[in-house]
Amino acid sequence: MKIQRCKGMRDLSPAEMKVFRLVEGICRDACSRWGYQEVRTPTIEYLHLFTSAGTLTPGMLGKVYSFLDWDGWSGERVVLRPDGTIPVARLYTENNEDGGLARLFYAANTFAFEESAEKTRERWQCGVELIGAGSAVADTELITLSLEVLKKLGLKGVELRLSHAGLIKALLEKLGLSPDEQHRMFDRILDGDAGVLTEVSRESPEVGNTLRPFLSLKGQSTEFLRDQKDVLARSMPEISLALDDFLRTVAVLDELGVKYRVNIASGTGFEYYTGIIFQFFISKEKVGGGGRYDALIPSMGGGDVPASGFALYIDRLMDLVKPEVFVKTVPERVLIRVKSGGAVKDAFELADSLRSTGYIAELDLDGNKTDLKLVIEVRDQSPVFTLVDLSTKKKFKMSTIDEVLKRLEGEDGG
Amino acid sequence: MVVKIALPKGRLLRKTAAILQKAGWGLDEYHSSMGFYRPRSQKFPDVLLRVFHEKDIPIQIAMGNYDLGICCLDWIEELLAKYPSSDLVKVSDLRYGEGALFVAAVSVPGDLRQNGAPVRIASEYPNLAEAFALRKRMSRFSVFPVWGAAEAYPPENADMALLSAKAAADLADCGLVPVSKVLDFNAFLIANRSSWETRNIDGIIASICGTLPDVEKKSSVKEEPGRAEIYTRKRTGKTAADTVRLALPDGHQQQPTVSLLNRAGIKLDDYPSETGNRRPKINIDGVTVKVIRPQDMPLQVANGNFDLAVTGRDWLTEHLDQFPSSPVKEFLDLKSSKVRIVAVVSQELTVDDSGGLRQLIAAREEPFRVASEYVNIADKYARDNHLGQYRVIPTWGATEAFLPEDADLLIENTETGRTIARHNLKIIDTLFVSTGCLIGSTNAISDVKGKRIETIVQKLRVAIEDK
Repeated sequence: MKIQRCKGMRDLSPAEMKVFRLVEGICRDACSRWGYQEVRTPTIEYLHLFTSAGTLTPGMLGKVYSFLDWDGWSGERVVLRPDGTIPVARLYTENNEDGGLARLFYAANTFAFEESAEKTRERWQCGVELIGAGSAVADTELITLSLEVLKKLGLKGVELRLSHAGLIKALLEKLGLSPDEQHRMFDRILDGDAGVLTEVSRESPEVGNTLRPFLSLKGQSTEFLRDQKDVLARSMPEISLALDDFLRTVAVLDELGVKYRVNIASGTGFEYYTGIIFQFFISKEKVGGGGRYDALIPSMGGGDVPASGFALYIDRLMDLVKPEVFVKTVPERVLIRVKSGGAVKDAFELADSLRSTGYIAELDLDGNKTDLKLVIEVRDQSPVFTLVDLSTKKKFKMSTIDEVLKRLEGEDGG
Repeated sequence: MVVKIALPKGRLLRKTAAILQKAGWGLDEYHSSMGFYRPRSQKFPDVLLRVFHEKDIPIQIAMGNYDLGICCLDWIEELLAKYPSSDLVKVSDLRYGEGALFVAAVSVPGDLRQNGAPVRIASEYPNLAEAFALRKRMSRFSVFPVWGAAEAYPPENADMALLSAKAAADLADCGLVPVSKVLDFNAFLIANRSSWETRNIDGIIASICGTLPDVEKKSSVKEEPGRAEIYTRKRTGKTAADTVRLALPDGHQQQPTVSLLNRAGIKLDDYPSETGNRRPKINIDGVTVKVIRPQDMPLQVANGNFDLAVTGRDWLTEHLDQFPSSPVKEFLDLKSSKVRIVAVVSQELTVDDSGGLRQLIAAREEPFRVASEYVNIADKYARDNHLGQYRVIPTWGATEAFLPEDADLLIENTETGRTIARHNLKIIDTLFVSTGCLIGSTNAISDVKGKRIETIVQKLRVAIEDK
C-alpha cells in the first residue's frame, strides 16, 4: 500500500520553502518597520464566528471545512480557519476591551474546499490589519505598505485596482432591488462576478442611465467621478456620501503619486467590506487585496471600532518571485568526515566551533561522494584534521581547531 | 464483471416492485419484505440485485459498490449537500414516491439571522439542515442529527425540525407549521458516474424508463409556507426548572420498558401509543415524558434536553466514542434486551481474530471497508486495532447484506448469532455486551430535581432486583 498526501493538499520542498521564507521574511520585515506586530491565531475556530451577519459570502461558506469537535455534542460546529481577518478581529475584540489603535500582521494558512485538484485547498497568506483607524490616511498606509512589499519582492508590472463596497451597496439600493436581492447581488460581485451591476441596471433603465458610467466594466477616471459628485449630491445623496469617502482616499493616493485604476463594478472580496476595496494584479493574476471593514468589530460586540486590512497571497507570490535576484551572503557549508572510530568527539567539537564561527557544518553520515567544496577529515592520530579543498584539490594537515579556523579564513579570502 | 443494482426496501418497495414487474423483470422475493436481501431477475439473470435501506443507496452508488440504484431524491441531496463531487449521476425521475422536505416549527419565527442563542434544528437530514442554516445566513445554529421522530423535538428540544412529509398540511397533524420548503422529491434512478460512462447498462436503464407514463408531471401548486398558523400543540411555557424530563424509547424497546415500569409501580397513560402520541402522561408529579428513538437519547441528555432516558448501552457507547468528555453516564443497568456487539466477517475469510485482520489488510491494496450502524464504535475499533487504511460505511439497518461484496467487516449487534450464521458470516470478536440502561447527566442540578431523579432510579433498581 502506497501512502499518499491528501487530495488538494501541497507539500513544500526544501527549495520551495526557501522561497516561502524569503517572501514571508520580506513581508515581516516591511510590516515591522511600519510598526506592525505579529500575531498568530488558532487553526480551529467556531463556525459561528464566520456565519455571523456579514462576514463571509455564501460562496465561501459553502467551502469551509466544518466538523464536530470531540466535545461537540451541542451540535455547534468548528472549522479550519477559512479566512485570516476575522480571527484577528476576534483576537483584537477579546484583548482590547477599551478599543484603541492596533497594527497587527500574521502569516497564516487558510482552508477552502476546492473541487478541482489543481487548486490547493490550503493556502498561505501574509495579512495586515490596521484596527482603530478610519481615515483616508489609514487606507493609504495599507495600500502603500502592500506596494512596498511587492516592490521589495522585485515584482514588476503591479496593477492596483480600486473599488468601494459602500458605493456598490448604494448603487444596488438605487437600482430598486429588494433588500434580499441587494444582498445576493453584493455577494455575487464579491465572489468575482463583475457583470452583476451592468446586468441589474438593464432592469431599471431610467436609474440605470444616470448611473451607467459607474457600472461599466471599463473603469472610470477620477476626474469623471469628481464631476459626478456635485451632480449626485442633490439627486442621490446616499451615493454621494460613499463617493466622497472613496475620493478622499484617492486624493491622498494622487498626492503620493500612486498609480491605480478605478473599476467600481469589480470588487472581489469579503462580505464584511464597507469602504474602499483594493486589489493587486500582476499580469492578470490577483496576488493580493484588501479593504475597509468598519462594521466587523462592532458586529462582534467589540465596540464602534473602524478597521481595514489586506492580505498578500504567498503561494502566488512564490511562483512570481525570482529568488536568484536576492543575492544573500549564504554561509559556507563544510562537510566533516570521521576517518577513525576514536575521532567522533573531536568531530563534534570541530562542528560546534565551525557553527559558532558562522559556517554550516554537516557530519558525513553515508560516506558518499559530496558536492560540497570543503571537507575536513578527522582522525584519532596526529595530525588530527585534514582540510581538503575539492575545488583546488589542495590538502592541509592541522592538529588544532584554531588552526583549522585560521586556514578556512585563508581559503575563503582566496 | 456483473452489473450490480441496489433496490430500496421500506416505503418505496411496493411501487418499485410493481414497476420492475411491469418491465418484465420477473423478480423472486423482492415483494416479500423481510429478511431476503438478494432477489434474482429472470429477464436479467446475470444482474446482481441487493435490497438496502433507502438511505444507504446513494452512498453505495457514489462509492462504486453498485452501478445503478433506486431511491428518493431527498437522500441523494442529503449526500450531495456534504459531498458535492460525489460520483453519482441522476439518470431519471421515476415519478413515484412523492414527498417534500420541510423546515417546520411550532410557529413561524421572525428573523432567522438573529444573533444570540443558537437555533437548534433536529433532523434525519443533518447535511441538508446545515446547508439550510448557512443559506438562511443564520448566525449561530446547532444541528441535532436524529434517527427518527424529528417531529417530536420542537418546541422544547429543538427550535425547528427538517423533516419529510407528503404535504404541508401533514405537518399540522404533528402540531407544526412549515417555515420553509426545502425540496420536492420523487424516486430517482441513479448511477455511479464511471459505470454510467463506461459500462453497458443502457438495456437495463431503458427497461426501467420504458415503464414511465409519458405525461409531463403536473406542475405542483407552490405552497405558501407559513400561512397556515395553526397551533394544535400547546406552547407549554418553559418546563419548571425542577421538572424531571424522562425520555422513553419507541420501537422494539417499548415492551420491556413498559413491563419494567409496571414492576416499579410507575404507570403511563398511552404508552405504547396506537395513535403515535409521543407525550404520554406519567403518574409521578414533577416528571414529564417524551417518546423518541433510543439512538438519539445520549446526545439529547448531553445537551440537557432530558434528565433521564431509557436506551441501550450500545448507543451510550456510540455517543461516548464520538464525544469522550460528554457528561452522560449510565445510572442503572436495566438488565433487559441483552445483545452482544460483535465484529463479523464473511465465512470465506480465513481470519479468526483482529490480529488476522491486520495481516489481511497489510497484504491488500484496496482500503478496508467497515460497515456499521455504530459509526463511532466501528471507527474506534478500527483505530484501536490498527486496521491501516480503512473506511467506515454508515448503514441504517440490514447490515448483514453488506458482506462480502460491499464491506469487509461489520460491527453489529446480535442476540443469538443465528442471523449472522444464516448469512454465511462469522463472529471474530466481541466488543462488549449491551443491555438496556437508564442514562443521565453528571452536570449539576437542583436538590429537588436530584431527589426526584433518585426516587425514580430507586424504584427501578428495586424492580430489577425483584425480578
